[in-house]
Amino acid sequence: MGALGVLVFVALICLCAPLYANDWAHVNAFSSNINGRIFIDGHWRSVLQANTQGLGLGVSPIGPTWHLNNYFLGADSQGRDVFARLLYGGRDSLLIGAASALFCVFFATISGLAAGYFGGVIDWIVSRLLDITWAFPVYLLAISLSVILVSSGFSVGPLHVQAGSLLLPIIIIAFIYIPYVARPLRGIVMTLREREFIQAAIGSGASDWRILRKEILPNVAPSIIVFFPLMVAFNMLTESALSFLGVGVQPPNASWGTIINDGLDLLYTRPWVAMAPGLMIVITAGALNLLGDGFRDAFDPKAKLRGSI
Amino acid sequence: MMKFKSMQKFGVLTSALALTLTGLAGFSASPAGASGYQKAHAGGTLTLLASTAGGTLDPQVNYTLQYWQLYQATYDGLVTFQKVNGQASFTVVPDLATALPKITNGGKTYTFTLRKGIKFSNGQTVTVNDVKATFVRLFKVSNPNSGSWYNAIAGGDACVATPTSCTLSGLTVNAATNTVTFNLAKVDPEFIDQLAVPFAAIVPAGTPTKDEGSTPVPGTGAYTFKSYNPASSLVMVRNPYFKVWNAKAQPQGYPNKIVEKFGTTVESEVTAVENGQADWVFDPLPADRLGEISTKYASQLTLHQLTADWYLPMNTNIAPFNNLKARQALNYAINKKNIVSLYGGTKLANPTCTILPKGFPGHVDFCGYTKGGGSRYNGPDLAKAQALVAASGTKGTVVKLVATNDAVNSSVAQYIVSVLNQIGYKASVVLQSANIQFNYIQNTNNKVQISLTQWYQDYPAPSDFINVLLGCSTFHKGSDNSINIAGFCNAGIDAQIKAAETQSITDPKAANAKWGQIDKTIMANYAPWVPLINPKLTDFVSKRVGNYKFSLEFYMYVDQLWVK
Repeated sequence: MGALGVLVFVALICLCAPLYANDWAHVNAFSSNINGRIFIDGHWRSVLQANTQGLGLGVSPIGPTWHLNNYFLGADSQGRDVFARLLYGGRDSLLIGAASALFCVFFATISGLAAGYFGGVIDWIVSRLLDITWAFPVYLLAISLSVILVSSGFSVGPLHVQAGSLLLPIIIIAFIYIPYVARPLRGIVMTLREREFIQAAIGSGASDWRILRKEILPNVAPSIIVFFPLMVAFNMLTESALSFLGVGVQPPNASWGTIINDGLDLLYTRPWVAMAPGLMIVITAGALNLLGDGFRDAFDPKAKLRGSI
Repeated sequence: MMKFKSMQKFGVLTSALALTLTGLAGFSASPAGASGYQKAHAGGTLTLLASTAGGTLDPQVNYTLQYWQLYQATYDGLVTFQKVNGQASFTVVPDLATALPKITNGGKTYTFTLRKGIKFSNGQTVTVNDVKATFVRLFKVSNPNSGSWYNAIAGGDACVATPTSCTLSGLTVNAATNTVTFNLAKVDPEFIDQLAVPFAAIVPAGTPTKDEGSTPVPGTGAYTFKSYNPASSLVMVRNPYFKVWNAKAQPQGYPNKIVEKFGTTVESEVTAVENGQADWVFDPLPADRLGEISTKYASQLTLHQLTADWYLPMNTNIAPFNNLKARQALNYAINKKNIVSLYGGTKLANPTCTILPKGFPGHVDFCGYTKGGGSRYNGPDLAKAQALVAASGTKGTVVKLVATNDAVNSSVAQYIVSVLNQIGYKASVVLQSANIQFNYIQNTNNKVQISLTQWYQDYPAPSDFINVLLGCSTFHKGSDNSINIAGFCNAGIDAQIKAAETQSITDPKAANAKWGQIDKTIMANYAPWVPLINPKLTDFVSKRVGNYKFSLEFYMYVDQLWVK
């Protein structure tokens, strides 16, 4: 319950990003504010401050003010409010994590059910496709796909995804993790298929579609429910890694990964720019993992899925 | 067009006005090679740090400042840029040739006499046959500029077309008189400059006619490459066969050994130099360390103004920037002082409105797109920009800006996108690795609307900016090597460029005035770029280093540093 509470809290504050930026802090989180000035502690201060010591080289963004409505976590090198970006970034990170987990689990379930139930040629084809995808290291595959697609987008039939769209990381991340969910599901379905109640259903002349829908799926559902939060955590971490490497969410959009990247060049002077999104990732991923464990204990007490990813 | 790797750019040999803001211990203004060799300082190991290696070590292929800087101590051409401090480093002097060439046939024939008794680092004596083989090899290894510079030699175009059968008929040698004669297909006022860069370094005749990659190619300089592993380090040691023949062309070096180490982050490089564990940082200093360095280590830092441009080439052939008003609008909208700020502040860059950098031959101060107009940049005029966008009918167009993903470039790109959105476009940025971006933005097939890039001079000639970057001859549709990124081709401007080039042979002063006028005309009437800033170079060395000398053409003379 605690993990769920943390997740709900994180999601809620991230959802409030526009409210915070527009109505409270009055900042634009996506637009450069290089000449911006703020009134803090009775003084007007520039959000980007030129070094006046020594040879006078370099410009540093303002650090945390710890005033919730006024550059709470300071500015990044564009003079943008880091806290506002953190909230917007959370929206994108959570959206990509959840949406890609949804796609991933959906297609993995279809693949696992088809391969495990029908067996034969269908199983062989699905399994080989999963094997091929699995053969690539996850991050190598994700980075390769992202590098290719991030600048040009792609079109498949009526589906056209523009370069820079959030759909790109969602699709890429969902795709690379399908085997990691589909294979254990396939195994579960293969075991179920040999059980008496399925054999009885087959013997009574029930259609494959009915057996899959009414007999197999309800028995696989607890495993899918256990998988989902774990996949959200995995996918969110992958998104952060890709964005950190510059091949995920593209600026001026923000995700926690892109903000860490922004903060990397300010690590010595403004460590909070990188640390704050890092902490948010740790908290959220930790909560999702605890939630996944909780679901497993509730739905899968024999822990069939333990250590399966 | 050389790649200034750490700036994530190509450009070429930078240089320009040296503005040394601080004096380093032992630094002097005297020429690198002419001040008298001080034996007491010879010896020791100089350790240089770079985050990554600079690619192939082959001097006829490599086009990076990183290695061109090292080639100064390892290779020689028939002529070279004089190894001295300041403006005089732009002067070409004889190197392996006994004197500057005798130019006849209306400027189309160059005759050199080769010095005798000079040996390569493998012990082999340099002969005129090596010179011939070097220039033939240059085409066979597909030198990056074989088709734009060295094809001026008669037979050069045929060599570009079919390198394997290249004989380069325009280059003849005479072993009896020890002379080398270049016959040019057409007059080229910059040919002598092109002979003075490392591409034209003389290598042994037997050198394989392929990119030698990590295998060192013997040279005639004071040092020779002993080993090269792009993943870890490059080692230079003294050339055992080297004797000084012209100290202004190839002076004796000081360290016994020069090691360039790769693979650490720039942050670690800075820390190592601060702690005296290394002697020099090749990469641009990280923004978050500038304050610390400029206060605590000010005496170890020097700044130099470069003749280089950071600019936004706008594709003049596709929407929205095929519309002059749209291009002018962006010129008005961008606050160049903000770009200076993102680059590191007013001490590290100046805003610019011109194609030719400040201090460069032909440069004229003017600023057409600034509040109030005039010769100086006075800030943006956003209202005018918005009005121009509205008048152009391009408002609401989706615009993608392609930039490299390093800190400074991505930061500048994000600011530009923010401005584009402000004046009515739907803009976003596409960040790419520097290894990909420069070729990507050149290829018209990629339909790049606007990009952020840089250009560092090859040699001090206005054509190296205006003709190379905006002439019709350098615009090649569908090619990765189309350095005219804006795709700007105007017959009238091209005619003016040719007239200025021709005039530069007989009357350089008048020609420079003409180049200045062309710069002004291009920006006022066509605005294919938004010129942003002229950057400065920072050199950060360890406390023990002395005798820092700087070439406007090739930057710091690595081999002249004292570590003892």
